[in-house]
Amino acid sequence: MDKTFTISIYSENNVGLLNRISAIFLKRHINIESLTTSQSEIKDVFRFIIIVKGPEESVKKLIQQIEKQVDVIRAFYHTDEETIFQESALYKVKSSALFEERHIQNIIKESHANIVTVSPEYFVIEKTGFRNETDRLYHDLAPFGLLQFVRSGRISVTKSKMGISEIIKKFKSDN
Amino acid sequence: MKTKEQITLQEIESESIKISGAEAVIRCLLAEGVDLIYGYPGGAIMPVYDELYNFKDQLNHIMTRHEQGATHAAQGYARTSGKVGVAIATSGPGATNLVTGVADAQIDSTPMVCITGQVGSHLLGSDAFQETDIIGISTPVTKWNYQITKASEIPEIFAKAFYIARSGRPGPVLIDITKDAQFDTFNFTYQKCRGVRSYKPVPALDIHAVTKAAELINQAKKPFIVWGQGVILGGAEEEFKALVEKSGIPSAWTILGLSALPTSHPLNIGMVGMHGNYGPNLLTNECDLLIAVGMRFDDRVTGNLETYAKQAKIIHFEIDPAEINKNVKVDVPVLGDCKESLEAIIPLVQKKTYPKWLGRFDELMKVEIKEVMDKDLRPKKEGLTMGEVIVSINKHTQGDAILVTDVGQHQMVACRYTDFVRSRSNVTSGGLGTMGFALPAALGAKMGAPEREVVAVIGDGGLQMTIQELGTIFQTQSAVKIVVLNNEFLGMVRQWQQLFFEKRYASTEMVNPNFIAIAKGYYLEARKVYKRENLDSAVAEMIASEKPYFLEVCVEKEDNVFPMIPTGASVSEIRLK
Repeated sequence: MDKTFTISIYSENNVGLLNRISAIFLKRHINIESLTTSQSEIKDVFRFIIIVKGPEESVKKLIQQIEKQVDVIRAFYHTDEETIFQESALYKVKSSALFEERHIQNIIKESHANIVTVSPEYFVIEKTGFRNETDRLYHDLAPFGLLQFVRSGRISVTKSKMGISEIIKKFKSDN
Repeated sequence: MKTKEQITLQEIESESIKISGAEAVIRCLLAEGVDLIYGYPGGAIMPVYDELYNFKDQLNHIMTRHEQGATHAAQGYARTSGKVGVAIATSGPGATNLVTGVADAQIDSTPMVCITGQVGSHLLGSDAFQETDIIGISTPVTKWNYQITKASEIPEIFAKAFYIARSGRPGPVLIDITKDAQFDTFNFTYQKCRGVRSYKPVPALDIHAVTKAAELINQAKKPFIVWGQGVILGGAEEEFKALVEKSGIPSAWTILGLSALPTSHPLNIGMVGMHGNYGPNLLTNECDLLIAVGMRFDDRVTGNLETYAKQAKIIHFEIDPAEINKNVKVDVPVLGDCKESLEAIIPLVQKKTYPKWLGRFDELMKVEIKEVMDKDLRPKKEGLTMGEVIVSINKHTQGDAILVTDVGQHQMVACRYTDFVRSRSNVTSGGLGTMGFALPAALGAKMGAPEREVVAVIGDGGLQMTIQELGTIFQTQSAVKIVVLNNEFLGMVRQWQQLFFEKRYASTEMVNPNFIAIAKGYYLEARKVYKRENLDSAVAEMIASEKPYFLEVCVEKEDNVFPMIPTGASVSEIRLK
């Protein structure tokens, strides 16, 4: 049965690793729903968050192939229930809407979105939350004319411990 | 305060340990124990070639006639010597020509380091002359790759490359070096790589899994071992033999596992897979325990997975965690280096014999001899068979030659019928099935084991894919014995056309040139055999020769290789005709 899984990869920050990882998905015709990369809690260690939909069996095999890569320290997969996750979205709206339509101010207030910037031509709202929350705001703002909209990939942390520092510490003591 | 003279002296001294990136490349290779490399020069790698000129006495460079040849030669060298093969090429087409060999080494786990030149770093991304993104291109087919843009990176990256290529499950590594990094100078020091923090080459042995596996083995009534190249790569031939002999379990090989256990061993019951032996394939679906050792359940071995050994419990000895449950779900995975894990399990295994179960393999072998082998090996028809050529080679080498094969019918026949007395004697393109592999691989195989006889068995199709390497064989005078089994067809494809495409022989018949004239054009000893009565003396003459020798044998045009498991069929559906 297809389910959403969050793949977390801890890796070296090497040029070309993204290519190597995406090739693993490409080869197996598995679509990446979203991909986010950033530094991790450990200095010099990089973290990938990749969201995929599929049967658990094939995600397991993906993890095995990802972990096999020389520059990957560890890879994990988790279900939504095992992670705390959020997405961020930016909405660019005509400034006139803000002043002419009082209703829009209520929408912003109720959605707990933040106004990032306001200029005479446009203003930008930021909303971080679950997909349904950023979606709702999208639909609420759409009638006023969205100049631009963009949503980030999912970022997430796991409820359980990852233990990467231990792996690195063990390597240091072994070598 | 230092005097002026002291400062100058110091400066001179530091100058003297400053070397170019190109020289550093050579010194790194020497530090890794490399004394032989294969390659082809060109613009972006010229600084390294220029340095090779200075190190001629320490580092032998074999110029192949095509970069693909360099990779296959490096593979052949690696497979027989157990060392890392090295291939070097220029940027652009030089680099892309390596790709087939790199992919072959990746799927067959061959340790290889490839070095490519690259345009200057200031030109990267500008579509410069002979610029190609070889890192991007080679990523899916390398164990690791890296682009060096600064000379100072060379020692660390080379050390890492050799470590990665040879450790754990071996594989190919590609290092791309920009031309400016080859020219620039830096202070050179070399330190061997002892570990990479993100890379765990060998999983720790799990004693619990070993114990569990031993229990299953001791309880089994009809156990069956299938071994692969892992036994050879792990240098575990002795441990493997000890396990087989103590446990008394009939054992079959995958094509890459061939030669790890001598052919004559009473428990060596033949090959599994598409053209493997009748008994081992049929009884895969009758055994109650399947013990896989250093093999990866390739589709050519398993046939239809839905009907593969469903009745059996499965134990998998494997170094690569990604292979566990990849194709076949196993009951007990035993991760680790098989030399270690086999050694650990031997004392836990009871000494047993399975005369009745082994008898089943004997019975089915009798069927195969009658239905297939008699026709292949002792033909009554006029035309020569591939099988009888192998019989003659066995006779004259006493089964102690290294067999190098290409891809197709001749490969299956040669692997089925060649006798082996020791390990690391079978060099073939297994996973990728690369036609054109054998001729350059044979050159490398001979250089990796110069004291041994090397016989390359090649089809007329595959020969013509890398025929230019006859030039390298001539130039090096490497005493490779080349046997071309000429049926004037792409035989394996023709066989499929006959069996599955209503004999519609689209583009499989070859109008061949005069191979003997070509071989003689390269000043090689060459002989052609059409008739049975001349075969044995020609093979004798070839083996007796101390020089490279080219033997063309004209075989029956439309012979087929049997047994055969049609693609997608079950191992139980193996056909004898």
